[in-house]
Amino acid sequence: MLLAVLCGFVAALFAPLGFRRFPLWAGRFAPLLPLGLFLFFLSHIGPVSRGEPVVVTAPWIPSLGIDFALYLDGLGMLFALLVTGIGFLIFLYTPAYLGGDRRQGTLFAWLFAFMAAMLGTTLAGNLITLFVFWELTGLCSYLLIGFDHEAEGSRSAALQALLVTGGGGLALLAGFLLLGGVVGSMELPVLLASGDLVRNHPLYLPILLLLLGGAFTKSAQFPFHFWLPNAMAAPTPISAYLHSATMVKLGIYLLARFSPVLAGTELWLALVAGVGGLTMLVGGILAVLEHDLKRILAWSTVSALGILTLLLGVGTPAAITAAILLLLTHALYKSSLFLVAGALDHGAGSRDTRQLGGLARRMPWLAVAAILAALAMAGLPPLFGFITKESIYAALFLSPWEPLLLTGLMLAANGLMVTVAVITGLGPFLGKGAPALAAYHPLPPTLWLAPLLPAALGLLLGLVPNMVAPLLLRPAIAVVQAAPVNTVLALWHGFNFELLLSAATLVVGLLIVLSRRRLLALLPASWQEGGFTQDGGFVLLLRALLRGARLQTIIVQNGRLRYYLMATIGVAMGSMGLTFLESGGLPGSLAWPSGYLHEWLAAGIIVAGALTVTVTDSRLGAVVALGTVGYGVSLVYILYGAPDLAMTQFCIETLAIVLFVLVLYRLPLFTLLSTPVVRLRDACMAAAIGGLMTLLMFYVLAQPLVPHVSDFFLANSLPAAHGRNVVNVILVDFRALDTLGEIVVLAVAALGVFGLMQSRRSDGEGK
Amino acid sequence: MESVFAVVVGILYATGLYLMVRRSIVKTIFGLALLGNGANLLIFTVGRLSAGRPPYVPIGALEPLPPVADPLPQALILTAIVIGFGVQAFALVLIKQVFQTVGSDDVDEMTTTDRIADDGGQG
Repeated sequence: MLLAVLCGFVAALFAPLGFRRFPLWAGRFAPLLPLGLFLFFLSHIGPVSRGEPVVVTAPWIPSLGIDFALYLDGLGMLFALLVTGIGFLIFLYTPAYLGGDRRQGTLFAWLFAFMAAMLGTTLAGNLITLFVFWELTGLCSYLLIGFDHEAEGSRSAALQALLVTGGGGLALLAGFLLLGGVVGSMELPVLLASGDLVRNHPLYLPILLLLLGGAFTKSAQFPFHFWLPNAMAAPTPISAYLHSATMVKLGIYLLARFSPVLAGTELWLALVAGVGGLTMLVGGILAVLEHDLKRILAWSTVSALGILTLLLGVGTPAAITAAILLLLTHALYKSSLFLVAGALDHGAGSRDTRQLGGLARRMPWLAVAAILAALAMAGLPPLFGFITKESIYAALFLSPWEPLLLTGLMLAANGLMVTVAVITGLGPFLGKGAPALAAYHPLPPTLWLAPLLPAALGLLLGLVPNMVAPLLLRPAIAVVQAAPVNTVLALWHGFNFELLLSAATLVVGLLIVLSRRRLLALLPASWQEGGFTQDGGFVLLLRALLRGARLQTIIVQNGRLRYYLMATIGVAMGSMGLTFLESGGLPGSLAWPSGYLHEWLAAGIIVAGALTVTVTDSRLGAVVALGTVGYGVSLVYILYGAPDLAMTQFCIETLAIVLFVLVLYRLPLFTLLSTPVVRLRDACMAAAIGGLMTLLMFYVLAQPLVPHVSDFFLANSLPAAHGRNVVNVILVDFRALDTLGEIVVLAVAALGVFGLMQSRRSDGEGK
Repeated sequence: MESVFAVVVGILYATGLYLMVRRSIVKTIFGLALLGNGANLLIFTVGRLSAGRPPYVPIGALEPLPPVADPLPQALILTAIVIGFGVQAFALVLIKQVFQTVGSDDVDEMTTTDRIADDGGQG
């Protein structure tokens, strides 16, 4: 099974080469991989449907205790079959749709990778595996939406989807880490068994909110619904695969997967059902206001995702059953409708519902597929969609929370679905012939076969629903509600309330269809053309973020050396000062210094020199004063038993002065560039730091001097190192490596100086 | 006497830092030099100023005779003086080169490696 999940990534590596070398055969072989995987998962359906999950574990990051774990249970099986099954259709359809596009190989590489990532997410056996694959799907989605990367619209839509789902992914990671911390394990089987622990934990609220953040962004729930229609910038097979049938269902998968752990509280009901209900209405209304086939389908996908969320939010056994049924139905009919839209675009050259019509005679098989899918969407017998819709009504009518309100809202949403079904599935094929479709050309067979297969499956499942119920649906339902179920599906329930509601739905939907044109005419002119984006808030947020970043950069990275310097020194000094304050100030008092006159004199020379350097406006004066400081310091060294230091300091100081004087007249004058206020500010800062250094030294001097390594040096200088000058012995023997480093530094500095001089000379020659 | 030199070190740090944050780029070298002297003096003073003998083993003895100055800070400072000189020399030449290339001595204007004003440099 490990291989089954990961082989998509391997295929992705070889896809670009394969498609470049053998464009025709690669396109013919590519669908075989998802088909093979589909059959592979199907072969495991026996034990899985008996409630025995297949578990595979491989060590991944053993040092952190993270395993690569796969866990195939009823819910995972349903998703795996959807991903590979619909994947097969998409792979079959794409080569003909692209018609020999040169970037086919790239597209297939991403598609393979996406399929593997989807399988990894839905079969993940622990939270880390789930999260990694979850993010991979988002990444593939980004690449696939931006496939047409030369168009600005594609790029910004891809970026938007990435930012929204990526932001949700971060929330998800945080939620997973909290959840793992609360339960004490990241493994799915352990988590699924600790629902009561999590629900009664004080961290339940943050965990729930973070996980919902991940789920709602991925599944385009209100208020994150705006990214999905923009993602229609992707090629149509991609929209069918990622943005209707599989990836956007990951949020639903997450809700379903963690229902046993998180569901059943008031908060869950209010949040999940509330958001789902709102999304379902917003999506439905926007769908019927659009004219572009893909955008209509996108908004209706948002609506269907809302219905799924609502059902999982309600969370009763009946609602979960309805959700699982809708998951399957929606994947079948929506992928079919998307593929039909793509084929229409390909064959008739338009996706505008106002231009398409009467194509049934020219594209008979496509028309059959579209009509079957539309009937499933509208929920008419004998299709599987009908059973689904009946079960949705049954679940909501018995909901413990606001049954009447929910049923009423669902009636409206389903009515809008009927409208969408008529517009997208029947409109292009029935009625009068379209006036101007010069671009029409016959379709390659895969373009109508791929949409026909899922649509026909919807019909087959409707006729014999109990063929798959025990094998596929019942195990999935059992996983979500964490209890065995015995769902029996039937097309005919007798004359009951659900049937009445179905009839009412149809009436509502048809009424909207009939009055749609008149209702649209009542809307403001700017709404007539459709193209609703709903991402104003997102755009504003992004713009504000960029502006904030720019402002921050101006403050922090202003490109002025001295401000960097001030910040660095300020932070160092500030933290030192804080430590000083916390330690309780000076320990004890210092005795008033009693020194000889010459000691005071040395100190005075240094101070006078330093102050002169600071205030003088003569360059030569500054050099002289600097020399005074250096000689003053060497005086101090002589006074306190350090003749070596004094000698070195004298030499170096002399050398430095010579160097300064040599370069001095090539240097600019001391110009006064700062304003008095700035100078005062800098002076205050400098004085504060100087004062702090003095305080620090007082503090250190008040501590007793501990016996240290010097005693060792003094004792061993002659016996061990055969040297009488202890300072020299330290430098060349005890700490010889340091001295070697020092020599290297000097050599590098000398090289640098030499190099700079050389470059100046060559500049001079150039002129 | 240590407390007096603590104040001296404070003054060297203050003047050094004040010069280093000037906009006129030449002043930063002087600041660097003052700061280096301050740091050396800090190490020296913190190792205690003893008006004692240098750490030197007289002929005929196995160890220096106490009282003796601490050799460790001296060794550190010796290294620091030499390194400080290397840094100073490099900074001096670098700043001269920058001044001649960019044509400005205002640090705030040095946001580019291209020449800013034509009349500033002499190279």
